[in-house]
Parts: sequence; C-alpha cells; structure tokens
Amino acid sequence: MAAPSTPTGPGDASNRSLKQLVLGRRDVQDLSDTEQELPSELMTINMGPSHPAMHGTVRIVLTVDGERIVASDVQPGYLHRCFEKESEYATYTQVFPYTDRLNYVSPMINNCGWAMVAEKLMGLTGKLPRRAEYIRVIVSEMSRMTDHLTCVGASAMELGAFTPFLYLLKCREWLYELLEKVSGARLTHSYVRIGGVGKDLTPNFDAELTLCLDQIVKVMVECESMLNHNKIFRDRMAGVGAMSKDDAIATGCVGPIARAAGVDYDVRKDYPYSVYPELEFDVPVGTTGDCYDRYLVRIEELKQCIRILRQCLKQIPDGPVMVDDPRVALPAKAATYNTIESMIRHFKHIMDGIKVPAGEAYAFVEGGNGELGFYVVADGTGRPYKAYVRSPSFVHLSTASQLIHGHLIADVVPIFGMINMIGGECDK
Amino acid sequence: MSAKVLDALKAAHGAAIDSVETQHGDAIAWVVRDRLLAVATWLKSDPAMAFDAPVFATCIDRLDWKPIDVPPGPPVYPASAGWTEDRPRFEVVYQLRSTRHRHRLRLKCAVPEHDARVPSLSSLWPAFNWQERETFDMYGISFDGHPDQRRIYLYDEFVGYPLRKDYPKEKRQPLVRRDDLPINPIKVPGGHR
Repeated sequence: MAAPSTPTGPGDASNRSLKQLVLGRRDVQDLSDTEQELPSELMTINMGPSHPAMHGTVRIVLTVDGERIVASDVQPGYLHRCFEKESEYATYTQVFPYTDRLNYVSPMINNCGWAMVAEKLMGLTGKLPRRAEYIRVIVSEMSRMTDHLTCVGASAMELGAFTPFLYLLKCREWLYELLEKVSGARLTHSYVRIGGVGKDLTPNFDAELTLCLDQIVKVMVECESMLNHNKIFRDRMAGVGAMSKDDAIATGCVGPIARAAGVDYDVRKDYPYSVYPELEFDVPVGTTGDCYDRYLVRIEELKQCIRILRQCLKQIPDGPVMVDDPRVALPAKAATYNTIESMIRHFKHIMDGIKVPAGEAYAFVEGGNGELGFYVVADGTGRPYKAYVRSPSFVHLSTASQLIHGHLIADVVPIFGMINMIGGECDK
Repeated sequence: MSAKVLDALKAAHGAAIDSVETQHGDAIAWVVRDRLLAVATWLKSDPAMAFDAPVFATCIDRLDWKPIDVPPGPPVYPASAGWTEDRPRFEVVYQLRSTRHRHRLRLKCAVPEHDARVPSLSSLWPAFNWQERETFDMYGISFDGHPDQRRIYLYDEFVGYPLRKDYPKEKRQPLVRRDDLPINPIKVPGGHR
C-alpha cells in the first residue's frame, strides 16, 4: 500500500507535483494505512466580506491545507462609493466631506491632503498664515493618534486582550471630543479649507489638549505593560507576517508597515511640508518587519505625536487662520450682507467653486498608514477634471496575499489587524 | 532635482521620449508606448536613477478636455492645451519614487481609444499589479503581460468602465435585482468568485 504509485495521467502528475512542491505531501494512495484513515485535501473557504475578526469589508478566498493557508485571493471593493467619479462632479470645496469618508479613522489628514493639492495647483503652497499651518499639524497629529490607537486597540482585542481595547478607545474618545469642539463633528470633520482652516481653535484648547495628552501618556503606560511582554500577545505577533525591506519597497508599502521592515521613509522628514521642518521628532524604524514590530512602531509613533503636539502648543503663533487671497477666501460676513460686490463674490464662490488653474499636480502627506496622496488634473473650472487618491490601504492590502501565505488561519487576524486596512480608503 | 532626472532620461533614451515637462515641481516624461517597458527597466536598474519604489498608476480620459483660463506661457502638450480628435484619448500615468535619491518622476503614455493597451509594469514593481487592475477596472485599459488582469473593485458582470467620461454618473447596475431574489438564486459564472 505504501509503495509509490505511478501517475495515471498528465493531469494527475501535475497535481501531485504541485502538491508535493507546495505541501511536501504525497497522494492519498501513497500514504500509510494509518494516514489514509484521515486523508485531507485542500479546502476552499471564504473569509468575509463581513467577518467579526476582519477590519472593514474585504473578502478573502482561502485555500487551506488543514489549518495552513496555501493560496489566497483577496477581493476588495465591497465599500466602493465612486469617490473619484463623484469628485469630478463636485466643486473643490465639496470634495472635503468625501475625503472625510476615505480613511474615517483619521479624516483630518485626508482633509489636509486634499487642500494641499488644490493649493499646489494655485501656487499657494508655503503662503498660508503660520497659525493655519500649525493648526493643520495639530489636528493631523491628533488624527494620527486616533488612527494608531484604533489600530493597536482593535488588534489587541482580536487577540483576546479586551482591556487595552477599552483603555485605548477611551483615549481616542478624548481626542474625538476635542476635535468635535474644534470642528463641530465627531468623526467627519470637514474642518480644513483650501487656503487655511474653517475656524480658529476654541479659546481654552491649549489647556484641554495638554490635560488630554497627560492622561493618554498614563493610559499608554498601562496598555504597554499589558501588551509588550504578554506571552500570548507576543506569540501571536512576533514572527508573523514578516516582510523584508526590499519587498516592502517594491510592493509600494509606506508608513508604519514599511518602517517596521526597516525602510526609513516618512513624508514628514523626506519631503517636508507645512511646518514639520520646525518640529523635532524621531521616526521609529523596526528590524524584522513582523506584526510585533509594526505594533512597536505604532506605539512609538504615538509617543512622537505627543511630542509634536506639545511643541506645537508652545510654538503656535497668533494670527489669521485663512490666507488673505480672494480666490480662495470667502468675503467677511459683514461685507457679504452689506455690499453687492461681496455678495456676488460669495455667491460665485459657493456656486461655481474655487477656480483652480489648468494643470496637474500630485500632493501627498503622511497619513496614518503612510503616504496618502491626491493626484488632480484641473481644467480651470471649479471642479476637478480628474481626481485620484493614492490610498495606502489599497497598496498594503495587495501584499496581504503574500503575507498570509503559509501561515495558519488564526494568523490572518493579527496580520490584517496590523495592515490596518481601512475599508473606506482602500475601496474609495 | 527634477530637471536632472529628465535630462538624464532624455540623454539615455532620447528616441523613446516624446517630450518632457515640469508642472508645479513634478517631473513628467511622455514615453512612446512601445518603449515604456525598456525605459522603466532602465529607470529601475540605473544607479543614478534607482526608481525602486512605485507610487501609483492611473489613467486620464481626455474626452471632454476643454481647459479654460490657461495660464500664460508656452502651451505644454497636452496638459494645458485643448484636446482634439486626432490626439490619443487616454493617458496612462505611472508615478515613481527613488528611496535612495528621493526624486520622483511621472511617466505618461498616450493611448488611443481603438487600441487601449500598454505594456504592464507589474513585473518590475509588484505594487502595480493591483493598480493596473484598478485602471483596467475603471478605464478599460488592457495591460500586456499582466499576470492576473481582472476587475478589482467591481464584479465581473459589470458592463462598461465607470471612470470613462462617457459613462453616465447616474447609471445604476445592481448585480442582484431585489425583485429577483426569491426566484432566481445568484448564479456567478466561474465558481466561488
């Protein structure tokens, strides 16, 4: 029974060689008697599109040998809302609410990215009031913190650690409350405008944010003590889903995933924008590129965000929060109501949109997941001729199939948690 | 920095480059379609270029392109010039980045409507695998040599390419009609997809 059998046909031979190559396993008739009683063959199972352990709606068709994944097909698109098509029919200002819904965990950064591409086309880059630039950096860094807090907290929860999840989401809620006070909306802020920000910070924002950061530092000490040396957490994260430095570059990975693999790339340092050159912060870089390193990089980035925020609060100057340029700024309310010229300008501004000169530009910022860019082709009207978002989640998700290959089904959960696929951004 | 890259590109592959331009500091090179793969291979391997990191790939449909209030200066082909019938309708755009030199370059390929295909760059940069699938899904550009060219966001039964300018924004194509549900179970050709 255990003698090697000869292949019966060409299809059979190729099947067997593939199986032996991939699994190092023999055909059923080649197995010993005890092994034959429990023959196993490859099985196809669906994970998602809606699965309690998955972030967002993504479907993975897994081919498994027992518990081990031998092939997978990742299928995004269940949250596709035609961001790019809708943008072609909206004025530049009307696109801001759409960008909120891309990466809905860090909407302020998306707002800034969209404002920056319009400013680049209009030649306003670097001409914004300094207070506006500082406010943008403050709200961006707060958004980056909410992004990382959600990612780390949710991943810990999916591995069974519920307490850190509650603690970290409590911190996120403090930040959301502050952002709500500033912008008026808890989640979809639409706070940034082309040429500045919508309104100034609240009067005692300084004290509130300082208090909030002090509390977050305390909570993070607690969470780190629960997670960093937790045996279950480390066993599930360390060595899982590792990626080499060269792979990370070639597959277009950016942000914490690339940095965990040792790629020293951060848009804030490599292509500095806004007032980041005036701020002092470090870029954490990992060595192994596995899930545990991605976790550590995110934790360290949280600390760097706190450092940046504290510097911003010290350095932020007084002044206007909107550039004094009639092409992008609305006239003052009093003038709108009292002079016909301002009334007409206000009307044209709202109805026709901000006139962006013909041309094309690609502007990018460091989002929660890495380089988030907008590529816009303008034709001189108030609406973009073409808008494209370079979403880091989409690029990172394309590596997922390669990352989960050879791992157990249970390892899909931490790998996806640390890829931090945000459905809205990935599916556009 | 961008001018240096464009000069080197013109010196090495003069015949393959239609024109070069710089817009708002972004370097743009128009590449002849048949030579795109050769130029891209050189850009990746040459140590002075070292474009190791892909950024994005997409496409522009110039069907309704009628720019107004074009800024003064010499007209640049064809971004700030008007679109005419004899010009190719599509432009496929590849954005590249060099980790070592920190420079960036945008490659553009003019693609006519009746022959909407370009060579795939996914063998050089694996990130373009999905981005080319997305471009195929949204614009119907076919990528020669792509290992797995199928729709990515939309379902296989979708008719048309939604980001083309002649696809109406209000058009709806539900995969499953609500009134069909109890009678006809969903039949998807090709098994589990």
